[in-house]
Amino acid sequence: MIRLKNVSKFYKSTKAVDDISFEVKEGETVVLLGTSGCGKTTTLRMINRLVEPSSGKIVVNGQNILEQPAEKMRRGIGYVLQHHGLFPHYTVAENISIVPNLLKWSKDKIINRTRELLEKLQLSQTLGDLYPSQLSGGQQQRVGLARALAAYPPVLLMDEPLGALDPVTRVGIRKEFTTLDELKRKTILMVTHDVQEAFELGDRVCLMDKGKIVQIGKATDLLFNPINDFVRSFIKEQHFQLELENIFINDIWSLLPKAIDGTNENKISPENSLWQVLETVSARQQGFERFVSINNNDKKQIEIASLMAAYTQYKNSFNHE
Amino acid sequence: MNEQQQTLWNFMAQQSDKLLQQTLAHIGLTFISLFLSILIGIPTGIWISRKKKWSGPVLGIAGILQTIPSIALLGFMIPLLGIGARPAIVALMLYAFLPIIRNTYTGIIGVNAAVTDAAKGMGMSPSQILFKVELPLAMPVILAGIRTATVINVGVATLAAYIAAGGLGEFIFGGIALNNTNMILAGAIPAALLAIIFDFLLAKAQHFNIKKAKTAFIAIPIILIALSSFYLLPSAIGSKMLAGFTPEFMGRSDGYLGLKNKYGLNIRTVVISDAVMYKAAYEKQLDVISGYSTDGRLKAYDLVVLKDDKTIFPPYYAAPIVREEVLEKYPELEPALNILSGKINDSIMTELNYRVDYLKQSPEKVARDFLTQQKLYKKPRNGKKGIIQMGSKIFGEQYILLQIYAILLKGNTDLSVETKTGLGGTKICFDALTNDQIDLYPEYTGTGLLVVLQPDNHTIQSIIGNKESVFDFVQKEFMRKYHIKWLKPIGFNNAYTLMMRKKQASDLKIRTISELKMYIDDN
Repeated sequence: MIRLKNVSKFYKSTKAVDDISFEVKEGETVVLLGTSGCGKTTTLRMINRLVEPSSGKIVVNGQNILEQPAEKMRRGIGYVLQHHGLFPHYTVAENISIVPNLLKWSKDKIINRTRELLEKLQLSQTLGDLYPSQLSGGQQQRVGLARALAAYPPVLLMDEPLGALDPVTRVGIRKEFTTLDELKRKTILMVTHDVQEAFELGDRVCLMDKGKIVQIGKATDLLFNPINDFVRSFIKEQHFQLELENIFINDIWSLLPKAIDGTNENKISPENSLWQVLETVSARQQGFERFVSINNNDKKQIEIASLMAAYTQYKNSFNHE
Repeated sequence: MNEQQQTLWNFMAQQSDKLLQQTLAHIGLTFISLFLSILIGIPTGIWISRKKKWSGPVLGIAGILQTIPSIALLGFMIPLLGIGARPAIVALMLYAFLPIIRNTYTGIIGVNAAVTDAAKGMGMSPSQILFKVELPLAMPVILAGIRTATVINVGVATLAAYIAAGGLGEFIFGGIALNNTNMILAGAIPAALLAIIFDFLLAKAQHFNIKKAKTAFIAIPIILIALSSFYLLPSAIGSKMLAGFTPEFMGRSDGYLGLKNKYGLNIRTVVISDAVMYKAAYEKQLDVISGYSTDGRLKAYDLVVLKDDKTIFPPYYAAPIVREEVLEKYPELEPALNILSGKINDSIMTELNYRVDYLKQSPEKVARDFLTQQKLYKKPRNGKKGIIQMGSKIFGEQYILLQIYAILLKGNTDLSVETKTGLGGTKICFDALTNDQIDLYPEYTGTGLLVVLQPDNHTIQSIIGNKESVFDFVQKEFMRKYHIKWLKPIGFNNAYTLMMRKKQASDLKIRTISELKMYIDDN
């Protein structure tokens, strides 16, 4: 759990971070989103005291970070950087075991943990003896993540973890991250400037501008209840796609027509987003097949026309709130 | 060519003891200073990488140290640390600072910020970051700096011979002074080889994989200490008195060799440059020095000349020597130069030298004042007829003579003058003359005889006692062998002498070289 209360950072006369407060609950992923220079990275770096806050209080796992020795405190927080920051003179395995070594784990424990992490991150065991420069960008970033996870930190700070990757690799690794079981249990604060990434990875998104929080909330909150024009314009370009990605069959369940009995059914999970459904449906040819979704013995008909109608209705319900 | 190599080989074989000793001293000097420089330089480099506002001043000072001419830096050390190993080591250490500090700084600054950031973010302490991340990653750059410093030090260490610290410079400067190519090569080749070998070894170390940087941490200090130990400080054996002789004096038969042969003088000696020798004697670093009888510092430092009671020092009457070809081309040259003949005796020359060496007046001013006083000064004429290239050796008296000749030529002929002062020792001047690089320079009869002509011992003995015989002999032989003419002597005799502090000499009742020998043998 991470809690910031009235935290500010001044550089001479400029306010990099201006009196912000928010909380990341245990097991939650919050994404700090914003343009460069909005203070999101400074906010992140204040949490492991790479930047000392000018004022305010930061609590991680119930302890005030300023009241502990910085080095000891940092060993309990995983840190992933944009430019991976792997030690070029250490092998992959040595890189992963840096924090366990600092914590003076036994040799066997370190070896086992390294092996386990390589496997979980789908890195071949033979990579362990290579140097970072011999890896691809995606592999380096995975090793960077493995290193941050090595000592089972309950809290993870990620500074543009995919920022240095090409778009294709980026999407691939993003998918992997979302399925990684070790990440699911962590309290994560992540920084990005990529709206899509923020909405996909974050349980909640915190949009920042000029050192202040503009709006913090679930993806749908930002999409359908933007607090001001800044929020609106920030997500305008990808608005439609983001909406489709962040509305799930479950959300519009009641708005969908009941399924007509028949043969030749294709089942779609109610956990899918509209975007995924549209992709699946439009990939089929000529509408020969029928799509249904089943939830607790309730069966709904899935067709493009009815989906769109439900989507519009759902959106309108926000506008009337 | 073959013969040349053969004789060089012979020379090195003959002098193998000395060569080995000098080489070891050279290696020792290089590495003691390098070791100290690393010991101070690397922490300094680390420190300025932390406190960046200090990096400018610190690197600036190290840079300035490097620009001080080596011989001048050695000179500055004398009043502080005396002569011998200590000032040489300190000076060399200062020279090595710049590459070591700068490369340590650049190496650490150059470590990828993301890497140090990650190290800090993972909870490494500042010292863990320094030793596990920054230094290993900066190591190739730091090693490159050490490599540069080593090569610089091997080179500059030759100059240590000027302040009695030994090393291969003894052969090099002795050889230059004595017109002995083999001797120069016997010093220069090993010095060059040392530079090449150390550079090669360090290059190997540098390309050593960064993984093994940890080994370098331990290996480098051990190797350095081992190499430093080669430099065994000259142990105090023999007499209590210490003599400092110039490289030239050490190798001349009318110098140290003569002292040993004819007088049986057995005194502890060090090799030293004449630029610092007088001062070292004055400051009681040395007791006996070789010097020139007209040297102005004789007066300045209150020294006394020991009488050469067995006549091993031949007369050294100064006269301009000129290429015959030039004299024929410009007939007015010889009379103009001869105006000075008989005008300067020993005491006048000593006085002129005193004004330059001690009162720090410029040779031009001293020359002009002298000629004005002698009513020989004339305003320069147009100087359009041609250019005379004049050379001089690297000490005050020659500078003064050159300026006097320049004024005389400009005032009495239509020739103009270019001067090339500071042509090192006899060999450089004489080679410049025979290779038409210069047209004339002032030379001394004794030097012409013993350094250039080097006749057999019998011939030397037959003429050495008489100044006219020596002059006649060198005049005849120079013309025959080199087509170089000795003009009329200027008048003074700048002979080699042994000198002591006046007070010490009178306390010990030493007036002649024989008495010095007796004193040393008795103690």
